[in-house]
Amino acid sequence: MKKLHLDILKILKDDSRTTAARIAVMLGKAEAEIAAAIAAMEENGTLLKYTTVIDEEMLGQDNVQALIEVRVSPMYSHGFDAIAGDLTAFDEVKSLYLMSGGYDLAVFIEGKSLREVAMFVSEKLSVMDKVLSTATHFILKKYKVEGVACCRGSSDKRLVIQP
Amino acid sequence: MNYEGRLNPTVRDIRPSGIRKFFDIVSEMPDAISLGVGEPDFPTPWGIRDYSIKMTQKGYTQYTSNRGLLELRREIAEYLESRFNISYSPETEVLVTVGASEAIDLALRCIVVPGDEVLVPDPAYVSYQPNVQLVGGVCKPVTMKMEDDFRMRADVLEAAITEKSKALILPYPNNPTGAIMGKEDLEKIAEVVRKHDLFVISDEIYGELTYGQDHVSFASLPGMRERTVVVSGFSKAFSMTGWRLGYAAAPKEISDLLFKVHQYTIMCAPSLSQHAGYFALKSGKADGYQSVLDMKKEYDMRRRLLVSEFNKMGLTCFEPKGAFYVFPRVKSTGMGGNEFAEKLLYSKKVAVVPGDAFGESGTDFIRCSYAASMKALETALTRIRDFIGG
Repeated sequence: MKKLHLDILKILKDDSRTTAARIAVMLGKAEAEIAAAIAAMEENGTLLKYTTVIDEEMLGQDNVQALIEVRVSPMYSHGFDAIAGDLTAFDEVKSLYLMSGGYDLAVFIEGKSLREVAMFVSEKLSVMDKVLSTATHFILKKYKVEGVACCRGSSDKRLVIQP
Repeated sequence: MNYEGRLNPTVRDIRPSGIRKFFDIVSEMPDAISLGVGEPDFPTPWGIRDYSIKMTQKGYTQYTSNRGLLELRREIAEYLESRFNISYSPETEVLVTVGASEAIDLALRCIVVPGDEVLVPDPAYVSYQPNVQLVGGVCKPVTMKMEDDFRMRADVLEAAITEKSKALILPYPNNPTGAIMGKEDLEKIAEVVRKHDLFVISDEIYGELTYGQDHVSFASLPGMRERTVVVSGFSKAFSMTGWRLGYAAAPKEISDLLFKVHQYTIMCAPSLSQHAGYFALKSGKADGYQSVLDMKKEYDMRRRLLVSEFNKMGLTCFEPKGAFYVFPRVKSTGMGGNEFAEKLLYSKKVAVVPGDAFGESGTDFIRCSYAASMKALETALTRIRDFIGG
């Protein structure tokens, strides 16, 4: 991965609305070069999606999110990939990570209610082939998401004008 | 109590800060975006804060040696040698001070005799002139122009020198302009300095924040070390403004005098700040000053953005290659810097600092700090664009 690509990704990670023209100014490069680099990363799958970070408490909805710790029995010559592939296919699964430590897969899911999440675990997840056990933890409150604090108000403690 | 005529007239006669008025107004506007902040928007790196917390818990709260912790002075000396090619004895030529501010004050107190003239760049940091006045010196402005990228010209300096000239304050990279002086530029100044046997107080506090070329210390030029007090510190490079930690590096003959004043007026710089500074340099040496480089990279992007956008909206802005300020000229709007800044603040709630707060040469300019988030800068630029367009 070239340094330019990393620099571009850092800017887009901070604000994915930043245009190629703006990125070109910030990095002192030609716009065409930036546009080409972004296109290449979209093409090869480095850039998967442009999205937003939302403080969901502001939405006033009752969606439920949970982290499910899943222990599995990995398949010979397939490792964890096969079961991970099956889990990825579920719309309810928002994120899926292979983890070190006391369990194998961290599954982040979202549902409209506690019951819906519980039903997903009991009727879809736990019954899957090779799943040994699950432990469900409900997210009660988010304080920081993708590097952004969810509380409102400025944290700038500096004096407003200084010489 | 009758104060009139009994308090020190030298202090009384010092001009009030040109930015005080703006500070008072902006303080009452909680939703104003301020581009007037002269300190980094990055917190002190966590490792430094953590180390200081541990030292506090261990009770390292006593006075240190007047000159400063020896291990800190050794790190400072090594840092100056490796980064800027200037060599000072940590035992006798490095003095740890309460910010670079104290170092400037000490240097002036030890060099200037009442009546001496001190050459002060215009525009420049607000404290130089008052500091010169406080020691009974006479300020002689050395005007810098945008056409020269706000570099100090040798012929302009020469023209300002008289038989009473004693010292030159040379602050590069520069606040408020962001200008830097390359080796060739400094060599021309050095010729004038040598010819007139001047002392130089080289304020290099922004020395780590240069873009596209490395900072050159004035004391590294042939024949300049013996007459130069290098002033610097931890505020800008390591985001340690409130820790109040700086240093003066000078030949022993000068450093001994700086030490004498410091010893009687300050005792020592804050001990916990000194420990933090020691860690900053030691860990920086180990990781290639990564925290500084990361911060500089972010500043560089913001710098390019502001220069580009100000020029696009018709506010001619030279490309500064140091510090974290841009200095666009607002004359094209028909307003001076003061009027522009005041009207911008009231109508669009964006605070910038009028250029004349830094000297008469700044009258047609405003200083904008890019020590602010990209989001704040983009919003401010949109509002300034609207202000000009409207």
